[in-house]
Amino acid sequence: MVWLAIFFLAPIVKLVSTSTQTQGVNIGEYVQSYRFANFLDAFTSAAPQFFRSFVYAGLATLFALIIAYPLAYAIAFKSGKWKNTLLVLVVAPFFTSFLLRTIAWEQILGEQGLVIKTLRLLHILGPTGHLTATPFAVVAGLTYNFLPFMTLPLYASLDRIDPRTLEASGDLYANGFTTFRKVTFPLSLPGVVAGTLLTFIPAAGDYVNAELLGNPRTRMIGNVIEARYLRIVDYPGAAALSFILMATILILVLVYIRKMGTDEVV
Amino acid sequence: MADASTSAKGDLKLSNLVKAYGEFVAVDDLSLLIPEGSFFALLGPSGCGKTTTLRMIAGLDEPTSGSIHIGNTDITYQKPYDRPVNTVFQNYALFPHLTIFENIAFGLRRRGIKDVKGQVDKVLNLVELPHLAERKPTQLSGGQQQRIALARAIVNRPALLLLDEPLGALDLKLRRQMQIELKWIQTEVGLTFVHVTHDQEEAMTMADTIAVMNEGKIEQMGTPADLYDSPRTAFVANFLGQSNLIQGRIVDNDGDAHVVEIHGQKVKVLKNRSVAKDSSILFGIRPEKIRIQPGAHQLSGCVLEGGKISDVSYIGVSTQYQVEMPWGQELMVFEQNDDGIPPLAKGDPVKLSWETVFSFGLDGHEDASAGSEVNPDEE
Repeated sequence: MVWLAIFFLAPIVKLVSTSTQTQGVNIGEYVQSYRFANFLDAFTSAAPQFFRSFVYAGLATLFALIIAYPLAYAIAFKSGKWKNTLLVLVVAPFFTSFLLRTIAWEQILGEQGLVIKTLRLLHILGPTGHLTATPFAVVAGLTYNFLPFMTLPLYASLDRIDPRTLEASGDLYANGFTTFRKVTFPLSLPGVVAGTLLTFIPAAGDYVNAELLGNPRTRMIGNVIEARYLRIVDYPGAAALSFILMATILILVLVYIRKMGTDEVV
Repeated sequence: MADASTSAKGDLKLSNLVKAYGEFVAVDDLSLLIPEGSFFALLGPSGCGKTTTLRMIAGLDEPTSGSIHIGNTDITYQKPYDRPVNTVFQNYALFPHLTIFENIAFGLRRRGIKDVKGQVDKVLNLVELPHLAERKPTQLSGGQQQRIALARAIVNRPALLLLDEPLGALDLKLRRQMQIELKWIQTEVGLTFVHVTHDQEEAMTMADTIAVMNEGKIEQMGTPADLYDSPRTAFVANFLGQSNLIQGRIVDNDGDAHVVEIHGQKVKVLKNRSVAKDSSILFGIRPEKIRIQPGAHQLSGCVLEGGKISDVSYIGVSTQYQVEMPWGQELMVFEQNDDGIPPLAKGDPVKLSWETVFSFGLDGHEDASAGSEVNPDEE
């Protein structure tokens, strides 16, 4: 409880109290004045970024799910003695800094990278087309960076499935596809819920990918908060935005969990 | 058992079935005919190949060679979901995310059967658990899960129902009760049951026919009484109940019996109850068939003299004696406590006797201890 008070409650209280302050005499000095209109001001000024954040995070979550599910499935059921090696490989990117990996993607997708040359050669992309500084690059970066957070919970829930229930399904006249639809997938739902939450929540608040791989029109809410806080030194604005972000995510998550009917995961 | 005119269409026939994993041969040239409507048990210790055989019939493993037929249909390479075969798995393998009702309805829905509700209700009544339809499997006790697993399989009315150690996870009392219930249900629905178990009591209570398996082969097949009274190998004699097996030599003939010499004493075994190939014989007698008497008595039938009681355990309905014979071997004797005479004491000199018809003869070149070290309760 003490830990919770120090590391969770205290910052939240500080955040909320900052969010209603107003400008004092000096730059960077704010006094408490309980100005709740801060929230409205902050939201109206950053509404497009808000919206964009959730769209990008949603897309990244979806792509991560599509990529991670087959991967987790293969590790859980088909990998045999390679299981542990593959799991280490899934986590391996964490040995490098998050920032470095995102910068590496800037290189890979950049003007000198192999990807863009290949796409131009195949005429998928025009001679002036580019990948960096596009929404595509931002979503790709988010997908990549949070992929392990999707893969691991999926793997954990798939690995827990008793292979005999799958055999039983085959024995009861279900072919491979039906077995997946009626048995494997429903049994992996806790992993799907956990994985999507672990991807969506940090992705919605992320600003590194939009900063490094995007352009001014792909700025996410994280970028706005970062700019308000560090560059404009508008602490109350940044705090108000952070609070709105937190509250929105919390509401979305609650609705999502209610809808999936898997309250026991949380 | 079904009558001869219909039996051909639903009989299960295994022909020269082999399953090898690299060097290791799990099932070795197995051929079997299981008539439609019978309750058949494959009995053997762990690793004897019985579960592998079952999995090949279910389609979960593919045989290395040989074929499997139901009636005239070759199902050797059919997918599990195309076979008219259902399995009751060892740990039930119920679908944890579905209700009991949906678990049982699973097979019916996959085949697009119309009257799902009616059929599920009927089978729930058969296993006497209609009130549990809306529960999830984890909310059920082991015995209830077992019955649901059975219901989920028989609701499909398969040509063949496979049971893989179905009672292994239950405690002893529940197991006894389920044995009787399973047998009753089998009679009720009239399906062919193939039951795999390492528990000889389970096999003997339920099955019409038992095949005793060892090292991928069938040692002997027959009715429970057949196997118990006339074992043909040392493995069967020791694995099914207990036996005294004594090394001896056939020295003479007396009408329909062989005269066998055991360390200087002479006993008899009926010729049609002996499978000895030459004069070397393993003379067998079940412990409960032996009468034990203090030294002075005159006895009828076959007699072995010079025994000395080395151990007595009184277990209520009977007393179990270990008797040390002059040649050093210990023989087991089970005496019913029905004569009011107090049990004999350790060290008492005794004679052993039995009716000649009870003894049996095995090939004298066999290992007399085969099958006896196997712990029948191991999982």
